[in-house]
Amino acid sequence: MEATADYTAERKYDFDVVRWFTIMAVVYLVVGAGVGVYIASELAWPFLNFDNPYISFGRLRPVHTNAVIFAFGGCTLMGTAFYTVQRTCGVSLWSNRLAWFTFWGWNAIIALAVLTLPLGFTQSKEYAELEWPIDILIAVVWLSFTFNFIMTIANRKTSHIYVSNWFFLGMMVMIVYLHVVNSLAIPVGLMKSYSLFSGVQDAMIQWWWGHNAVGFYLTAGFLGIMYYFVPKQANRPIYSYRLSVIHFWALMFGYVWLGAHHLQYTALPDWTGSLGAAVSLAMIIPSWGGAVNGMMTLSGAWDKLRTDYVMRFLIIALAFYAMSTFEGPVMSLKTVNALSHYTDWTIGHVHSGALGWVAGISIGAIYHLMTRLWHTEMWSEKLVNVHFWTATIGTVIYVVAMWVSGIMQGLMWRAYDEYGTLAYTFVESVAAMHPYYAMRAVGGGIFLLGAIIMLFNVLMTVWKSASAGSLREARGTPAVAAA
Amino acid sequence: MAEKTTPPKGIQERMERNIWGLLIVVAIVLSVGGIVEIVPLFYLKSTEEANRFPEIVWQEAGSTPIVAVTYDTDASGNPLRFKTDDQGQFLKKDTGAFVQDPRRGQVRAVETTWNWQPGDGIRPYTALELAGRDIYQREGCYLCHSQQVRPFRDERERYGHYSLASESMFDHPFQWGSKRTGPDMARVGGKYSDEWHRQHLRDPRSMVPESVMPGYPWLDRQRLNPNKIQRHMKGLRAVGVPYSDADIAAAPGLVQGKTGMDAMVAYLQVLGTMAKLDPGVMYRE
Repeated sequence: MEATADYTAERKYDFDVVRWFTIMAVVYLVVGAGVGVYIASELAWPFLNFDNPYISFGRLRPVHTNAVIFAFGGCTLMGTAFYTVQRTCGVSLWSNRLAWFTFWGWNAIIALAVLTLPLGFTQSKEYAELEWPIDILIAVVWLSFTFNFIMTIANRKTSHIYVSNWFFLGMMVMIVYLHVVNSLAIPVGLMKSYSLFSGVQDAMIQWWWGHNAVGFYLTAGFLGIMYYFVPKQANRPIYSYRLSVIHFWALMFGYVWLGAHHLQYTALPDWTGSLGAAVSLAMIIPSWGGAVNGMMTLSGAWDKLRTDYVMRFLIIALAFYAMSTFEGPVMSLKTVNALSHYTDWTIGHVHSGALGWVAGISIGAIYHLMTRLWHTEMWSEKLVNVHFWTATIGTVIYVVAMWVSGIMQGLMWRAYDEYGTLAYTFVESVAAMHPYYAMRAVGGGIFLLGAIIMLFNVLMTVWKSASAGSLREARGTPAVAAA
Repeated sequence: MAEKTTPPKGIQERMERNIWGLLIVVAIVLSVGGIVEIVPLFYLKSTEEANRFPEIVWQEAGSTPIVAVTYDTDASGNPLRFKTDDQGQFLKKDTGAFVQDPRRGQVRAVETTWNWQPGDGIRPYTALELAGRDIYQREGCYLCHSQQVRPFRDERERYGHYSLASESMFDHPFQWGSKRTGPDMARVGGKYSDEWHRQHLRDPRSMVPESVMPGYPWLDRQRLNPNKIQRHMKGLRAVGVPYSDADIAAAPGLVQGKTGMDAMVAYLQVLGTMAKLDPGVMYRE
């Protein structure tokens, strides 16, 4: 039954590279969240900067964002995309070697990022900080990933391309556009360049990139994961094919426009910002369509949530997805944006998406993959449940702290006293943030603890699989040949 | 497969069966939003206020040097070059000794004259200010400080006139930021003394006890490299910043012997002081 099926898959497909991406994703989750907790603590207790350039907030913050988005998110996406495309197309990868090139290339980029960002080499564009030589490397590795993925689909044994692969494909193409255009720069040294664009045009291009790094990299890609792993884990087909078609095309067309809502009331022409906000609002419909599609896949099997901890991660992720995709359009409204922009509310919004949705769906998918790829049960199911609660509680504490501090900041900045003068100096608003910054660090710390538990559980599962020889057995190769 | 023989129904199914068709359609659909929102910003005249209000830009940029620098010259008027270390700093011992080989050593400024005064209009950064801006980027200041004042009453009272698009027309890349963990920087120039900034950058909490800003004591130890800053200015000129040859030639004289702290303060002090904006004028709809 299940086991035999898995053995055929193991022998038919290229899973080694998927295994490595999976392990590295968990490692980078711990690293990225760890740096995040540290910089969050720097804001609460600034002595932690220690007057040391390499760990000061401004240099470490890009390390955190790059580690969670590109290292953790990237390894998760690449691992799951390579897994999903093989399983849904019924063929092994077009090139296993190219997939290994993607793996080593991507990890080399991450290593370079960890080295260069603390040294202060940056293009100073958010989420696109890495300097031009690394940008070129990113383009090459990304194209190798995309090309291999497309060629595998071209080789497929099935007649139709599964919905997950549409989302992965959309993400890959869009990231090529975004990365290439936003990184156009003139090098003035080995590790220094200036953007080709300036001022308002540069701002629009940056936020076209910035929001779509969220919309495609962190949403479309992870929806690809959702459309494969939720039905698989629930052991039921996706709720509605039609809804997924609408979800896909609306997302592909609409998300691209949202960047402008990051620049409301700035020197960006009003028409652009309003257009961005209008489309943002319309995006609630497909986003909720997608969330409903995922959740309703469980209809009639809700009892699984009581026993299946992996399912819990997937479903709470969809709940956070629905919440963030409602909150986002609300924040893009001009009146709300006037208050929320420049405040911690934005940080809270990002993290409800990043910790709740992206990390949640990834963690669920990774636990699902662990048992399939190492042909054994998790070392400890109980620890998966502990991880679920630490991740959820940590995220909620984090997000609530940022909501309160963000709205408070916005209100303090615009408050007037009875004489018609500003009620607070800026620094009074900074001082008022302290308890929330501390609370955020605690929330992040709880989330990090969960990630560490996960890493431990994952490594113990690999160890368990190795000592029982499950993987060797699945491969059907003699013990000696299995390296 | 048997399924493959049935003809596909409709566009959706056609694409689901043909990866190349799907790829092309997805690629087209994805490009629309970006093209509509970004491309017009490059040609619509209303984007840059300077098109309607040319007086906010310093019209002499590119023809007159922002700061004119005169150097020690020999009898025939060629600047003398003095021995420097590999950082481009004058050797203390040999300050008087000059070398004639133009590839070795640096020119030394005797006199600097400003051709631009605050309020004369938006202009490219001087060599020293640019070096400061490079540091602003390097230290990630933009992650906590915006440079974009919005048109609200409280922001006007706290920071000053709302920001114009043309004010960052020479900013490659833009530094508008997205977060105010600290206050906006767009108009910080001239609000505090140089000495206040120095002390605040070295140890923020010695000036503002509630501040959560990191200290930057290492800026005092960083010496600016004249060759590097010239290279940076040439790069910016290649992407459209109107630096004159004289601006680039003046660069070594302006950064010679200066520290990262000097550069940072020069950059902060020029922010928002370039254009004189009239509160009675509607620069933007």
